[in-house]
Formats: sequence, structure tokens, C-alpha cells
Amino acid sequence: MRDFVSERARTIPPSGIRKFFDLALTMEDVISLGVGEPDFSTPWNLCEASIYSIEQGGTSYTSNRGLQPLREALSRWLAQRYGLAYSPDHEMVITTGVSEGLDIAVRAVTDPGDEILVGEPCYVSYAPCVTLAGGTPVPVSCGEKDHFRLNPDKLMERITPRSKALIMNFPNNPTGAVMRRDDLNGIADIATDHDLLLISDEVYSELTYDGEHAATATVGDLWERTITLNGFSKAYAMTGWRIGYLCAPEPLCDAALKIHQYVMLCAPVMGQIAALEGIRKGEAEKDQMVREYRVRRNMIVDGLNRIGLSCHVPEGAFYAFPSVASTGMSDLEFAERLLMEEHVGVVPGSVFGTGGKDHLRCAYAVSRENLKEALKRMEHFIETHCSS
Amino acid sequence: MDEKDLLLLHLLEENSRLSIGELAVMTELGPQDAECRIAALEAAGIIRSYNALVDWERAGTGEVAAIIELKVNPERDYGYDRIAERITRFRQVRSLRLITGTYDLQVIITGKSMQDIARFVSEYIAPMDRIRETATHIVMKSYKENGHAFLEKESAERIPFSP
Repeated sequence: MRDFVSERARTIPPSGIRKFFDLALTMEDVISLGVGEPDFSTPWNLCEASIYSIEQGGTSYTSNRGLQPLREALSRWLAQRYGLAYSPDHEMVITTGVSEGLDIAVRAVTDPGDEILVGEPCYVSYAPCVTLAGGTPVPVSCGEKDHFRLNPDKLMERITPRSKALIMNFPNNPTGAVMRRDDLNGIADIATDHDLLLISDEVYSELTYDGEHAATATVGDLWERTITLNGFSKAYAMTGWRIGYLCAPEPLCDAALKIHQYVMLCAPVMGQIAALEGIRKGEAEKDQMVREYRVRRNMIVDGLNRIGLSCHVPEGAFYAFPSVASTGMSDLEFAERLLMEEHVGVVPGSVFGTGGKDHLRCAYAVSRENLKEALKRMEHFIETHCSS
Repeated sequence: MDEKDLLLLHLLEENSRLSIGELAVMTELGPQDAECRIAALEAAGIIRSYNALVDWERAGTGEVAAIIELKVNPERDYGYDRIAERITRFRQVRSLRLITGTYDLQVIITGKSMQDIARFVSEYIAPMDRIRETATHIVMKSYKENGHAFLEKESAERIPFSP
């Protein structure tokens, strides 16, 4: 029999966290800082809205673009919150999470041979999405020296005549880095000079703790060359509902919509109803969660630095990204031994690309008690292995 | 009062046992600054006290709680204040609020038994001058107090790692 698996499917790497996942499942009392999702349940008024809608028989397909009231509410909210101007009728698609949004955005713009620049470290799906779309992912390293922001000079080094687009994600998973408006200006100039498209994953935008989130499409003339991706998973604790949205100028949006029509038809209606309630009446619940994340951020940064893992202050998302360089261990070794010996789960930074080497991603979307206990166990681990 | 003060209030309301050191880290304040702010909030009567939230049903003391609603004739020059002040003095009274609606005052009391509560209402509260009517509701079960749900609930399964 032939090997039926395609070359593309064969060549994309398996998820780097699979091994840790399997190990953790064999243990009890694991405290995992390895989960990239809120520990809160979805605010109850959002759930109620969805449950009520199901009771009323709201279980059908929606239009391909998504529920009209949701798009209208989002359009108003984006304008008021970030100064983003997108028409609900022509420049917006509700997607099945940002993951789908990213996939259809990449597929909508990638031709064979196109190089798609990817700011790294980054979410694990970016490069595989590019490969699956027939393009070539080209990593641009965002290093600790630059506070994990995208450095224009480093970007310039990777640009070739084949470069077509840049995927970026700020506030960033896994580093928590934030690009200020000034930082984005530097990128805007390069994008214009080299005629690049920006695919900006801003799913953590509401989790910006120090200052305001600067939406990429609001910087300079970037609107016309930006696909904005965002969603409800992180800000509204709605990961399992799978609701995101893609916003872009009409020709780009139409191209993405065509793919969405064929592969997804529409995002789940129950999730769209919950998202609508969130955008209309979820502000206070969201703010309360953001306040709690900020408190935990302060706790974990203080704790990590205290036990000797140097950690910059992440200005957004819910990840701390400390360095393990001082311990003499690689990030992979540190993470694996920490899990085996102390039952604390963290994700080695190199899973997220070259720039993440020698770092750990510690998600602080866990209760304060668990955060304290995890830090205590990490301190014990470091005392055991690194006392000189 | 600024944002930091508000954050301190929220944090202490959720857990009044947090140390000054912990509060300082959480709020991005210096320890001395945090301590001064808390002292000022106490002095201004904004922080009234530091309490534990007790589930008395689970403690098994057999205490009974009741909500009593009162219709009251207000007093010239004083309104409801003087009668309210008299009611607050009883040890049994846990909370007392002036409310809108059919009744004027809402009293929450605790007692050793239902008879104890009935006796207290009929002997002390109902006969007071200016009290026109009382309605006593015995609390059968408490589901949520001060923002904390008392129901035990299995937490939803969460995968140990996700990208």
C-alpha cells in the first residue's frame, strides 16, 4: 500500500508540548503553568444568553460572515476602543477562533514560493499554517535585548524580493511583550517600503496592563495593508466557544471569506450569541479578570526574579517568560526535570521558535494559591540543583 | 482615592489576610506606601474591619438566621435614624439596612433556634414604638455570601498543557 500521508502533512512538525502533556497526565498534584487559557469560567451572563438562545431553538447556521448584530456591535466597539474602522458588512468575518482566522488569512494571501515572515517566539501554529498554504515561513527573531519586541533592523535582514507578508502577535504569546505605537511606526515604514502585508494577531489586546493597546491597522497608513485578527477566547474566558474575527479591507476580506465559506461555513452560533452578550454587557466581568491577571503578573514576576530566574515585566497577555540561562540547564531540560521532580508544568521557550531558547513560558492564568505553590516548588528545584 | 487604593480595597475585601508585603507586590507599590495607604483607608472609616466568612451551617452550631422586614413610621427631624440606631444595639442584629419598596428596614438576625428568633422579634422588635408591621423570613440555606458561593462544585476539566 502506498503511504497516503501528504508531503506537507509529513513535514510539519508535531506540537512540541505533546511529550509534556503525556507526562503530566501520569502524575497527580501537578500545578500547570503550561496552559494558554484563562482559568476563569466564561462570565455567567454570556452563558445564560447562549443557553436561552438554544432553548429558543437558535441552533442553525448563521450567515457565512457571522451574525449581523454581532458584527455591528463589534464594528462599533473596535472603533470606540481602538480607533479601528471596519465595516460590519464588507470588512469583517466571524471565525471559529483566531486559529481559523489565521489559517484563512494566510491561505488568502499565500502563493507557492511566497515567503511569509513570522515574528518569533510566537504561537506554534503560525509557521505550520504558512507551510500548509504552500508558502515558506521565515522567522524573525524578537530577542530579550529588545524586550521581545520586533526590531526593525532584524526584520530588514530577513526581507527578500519574495517576502509577501509578516505575521505578528502583540501582546505576545509566549513572551507577554507589547509593541507601543512608536515601535509599530518603525515596522510601518518597512512594510510600506517593501510592500508587505501585515497579519496582526491581537487576541490578547484587552490584556494590556501598562498603557493602551495600539492596534496595528491604526498606525500610519497600515490599515490598507493589514489583516487584523482578534477574538473572545482570552479577554472573555471563552476558549472553548471558538469565536474570533478577521477584519481587513474588502478585497482581502472577501478572499478570506471565500475560504471560510468552503471549510467552515460559519462559526458556531452558540458561541456567537455568547460573544454578542460579551461585547454588549461583558465589560465589568472582563475588567475584573484583567485586574486579577495584573495582580498575578506582579506576583509571578516578583517571585521568579526572587528565586533567581531573571524575568522582564510582561506588559500584556498572561505569560511570564523568564530566562533559565543562570541555571546552566537548557529550557527543555529545566522544564522536563521540573515536571518530573516538582510536578510543576511550564513550557520550554524553544517550542515557540528560535528566539525562545533558554526561556520558559509560565502562564499565570492560575489561582493565586497555585501560583504561590508553583513558585515555592520552583524555588526548591533551583536550590536543589543550582546552589553553588 | 486613586486606582491603587481601589485595588487595595478589592484585594482586601477578597482576602483580608494578605500581608503588606504581598499587597505591595500585587499593587506595584512600595511596602511603606502600601502600609500608609491602608492606614489611611482605615482611619477614614472606609475599611471598617477584617473578618472571616464563616459557613455556620457547616460549623454545625445549629444557629438560625432570619431576615426581618419592618414597616416603620419615620420620626419628624430624624426620619428612620433614631429607631435604626436603637435596633443596631441588639447583639442579635447582624445587618440593618434602610430599603426601598413595601418595607422600610431590613434586619438580619441570628439566633440559637427558630423559637429564639420568634421570641426576639415579638419581645423586642415588634413592640417598639413606630414599628407598624414585621415580616420574618427564616433563612433555610445560604448559597452565596459576600461574593463567595457556598456550593461545592467539581471544577471543569482543564488540559495540563496548551500552546
